[in-house]
Amino acid sequence: MSIQNEQTAGQAYPDAKGHFGPYGGRFVSETLIGALEELEEVYEKLSADPAFQAEFDRDLAHYVGRPSPLYFAERLTEKVGGAQIYLKREDLNHTGAHKVNNTIGQALLAKFMGKPRVIAETGAGQHGVASATVAARLGLECKVYMGAEDVKRQALNVYRMRLLGAEVIPVTSGTKTLKDAMNEAMRDWVTNVDNTFYIIGTAAGPHPYPKLVRDFQCVIGRETRAQSLAQIGRLPDAVIACVGGGSNAIGMFHPFIDDVGVRMVGVEAGGHGVATGQHAAPLSDGRPGVLHGMRTYLMEDDAGQILPTHSVSAGLDYPGVGPEHAWLKDLGRAEYVAINDDEALEAFRTLTHVEGIMPALESSHAIAYAIKMAKEMPKDKVLVVNLSGRGDKDIHTVADLDGITF
Amino acid sequence: MSRLQKRFEALGAEQRKALIPYITAGDPNPQVTVPLMHALVKAGADVIELGVPFSDPMADGPVIQLACERALVHKVRLLDVIDMVAEFRTQDNETPVVLMGYLNPIEAIGYEPFASAAVAAGVDGVLTVDLPPEEALETSQLFQEKGLDTIYLMSPATSTTRLQQICECGSGYLYYVSVKGVTGSAALNVNEVADKINQVRGMTRLPLAVGFGIRDPESAKAIAEVADGVIVGSVLVNRIAELAESPERIPEQVSQLIANMREAMDA
Repeated sequence: MSIQNEQTAGQAYPDAKGHFGPYGGRFVSETLIGALEELEEVYEKLSADPAFQAEFDRDLAHYVGRPSPLYFAERLTEKVGGAQIYLKREDLNHTGAHKVNNTIGQALLAKFMGKPRVIAETGAGQHGVASATVAARLGLECKVYMGAEDVKRQALNVYRMRLLGAEVIPVTSGTKTLKDAMNEAMRDWVTNVDNTFYIIGTAAGPHPYPKLVRDFQCVIGRETRAQSLAQIGRLPDAVIACVGGGSNAIGMFHPFIDDVGVRMVGVEAGGHGVATGQHAAPLSDGRPGVLHGMRTYLMEDDAGQILPTHSVSAGLDYPGVGPEHAWLKDLGRAEYVAINDDEALEAFRTLTHVEGIMPALESSHAIAYAIKMAKEMPKDKVLVVNLSGRGDKDIHTVADLDGITF
Repeated sequence: MSRLQKRFEALGAEQRKALIPYITAGDPNPQVTVPLMHALVKAGADVIELGVPFSDPMADGPVIQLACERALVHKVRLLDVIDMVAEFRTQDNETPVVLMGYLNPIEAIGYEPFASAAVAAGVDGVLTVDLPPEEALETSQLFQEKGLDTIYLMSPATSTTRLQQICECGSGYLYYVSVKGVTGSAALNVNEVADKINQVRGMTRLPLAVGFGIRDPESAKAIAEVADGVIVGSVLVNRIAELAESPERIPEQVSQLIANMREAMDA
């Protein structure tokens, strides 16, 4: 169950310079290089240190509430009438999503590095809440950058962060969403690099972030693998997860990379439809470029300017994707598809009605695709969906679409 | 000999320091840029850093972010910026021009087509903010073959080992970022800058220019006493922003700021 095992299990990506094939790397301004080198060095040392590992595992068990269950969605399976659908219940984690696995890990790094101040970017607010939570627990000063557009969409999470003692800074530059929040967090970091730890919320950004976020999130896939063997007696036929930056998906996928019989399906936000251009699906409809310190698939115009994105779910509303996904796509090891806003909303309602589980709109994309897939598969096949977060934060969005105001 | 080398050698012979204004191309509209470049040269600029607008300028403060947004309203692309340099060259074949920006617009064109177009237009150097030497193996060799200088940044956070690496792979001049922060930051400490510049002097014969935080004739003069070049950006761009509604006044008003700095530096 250790992070170190993950690195020595024959999965040698990224290379020493943080490259996943042609992707990843460290495309940042000179001022940040030293901080990234320091982080890399500390992380390599600590991830091999049993004491650090034990503290991480203890926090995951007693603070986050792990392991999260692998739940057989019997009524959903019956309703769909095909393959069996299991849900990996990351929605049951403390703070309501997978995000906390990573913030626990990075906050421990901040503590070991003696940084009294943490900053984070957030889209839907789940990562901001998870960062504010661990900061409260460790007594660290916390500042969260959030696009002004998202501050409006996710008012409840904004208030949660403030209750937790974090300062939430609405970002009004650019498109006022997640990418701009990330720009602003980078600017803060470059200015306060001596005393500040930047908790990146997804498996993206400059090396070593894609690697360390993946390593912290791999607990999802490792548990799923063991639980599948124990509960089903074999590995699933496919694992399915939504992909914005891609941290819940890479956490689920990575431990299955060598299990070639397990299909890995990443579900991007198709917004109003990939053909309309109004979406957030760079792997489905983008091309490689450089943004936020990494080379990866991006939504960009012919001149290399980053395009505005659209998704009903703020957490997927991002024009890039973690570099390991870009690599897995090119290798053909994982497949990437898109689900539109309306399909995700329908899945949100379906799961809520038949299972009494209200998924986050992000996770609803994965549910929607799993329903499509399961229909086409025989009943002895098994799909595991990573239910990456719970939907309480999205009730306002759904109510708005229903024309209901509180 | 490259235009940059020629310019710095001439300045060195006269014991003068280079004054290097930065403006964002196409800000607040594409028609202003070339006349402004000429006005800056007339006011005493020795080298021009021409910013290439990018949608996500991560290393820049709000002043230059907004300049990018104003230029992007007019859909100013990297190829348009190269065309502006070509236009500038029809009247000025002496003043070196360095393109400063982010990697993605260059990747969108392709390294080779970009370098060819830039050289043909009379671009002298390229400063790519988010392309540190480690990631620049392919571009630096190509740019060198084409005759484009590659300007790298150094910062107060750069280790001694890295300073040496950067000195080895840079050409044209080296750009020392005077503060930890984004463009337009305050709090310039001239003594700290002097210490670092003296340290780097022992590692390279390239000219050393200093940017970030230089906002008036006094700070320009103070930096000119320790470095070979003074880079001024946000204070000019700020003035451009103030004049965005009357762009015909921009060349004269903005170049006046450079004239004032020139005077202080040469005094």
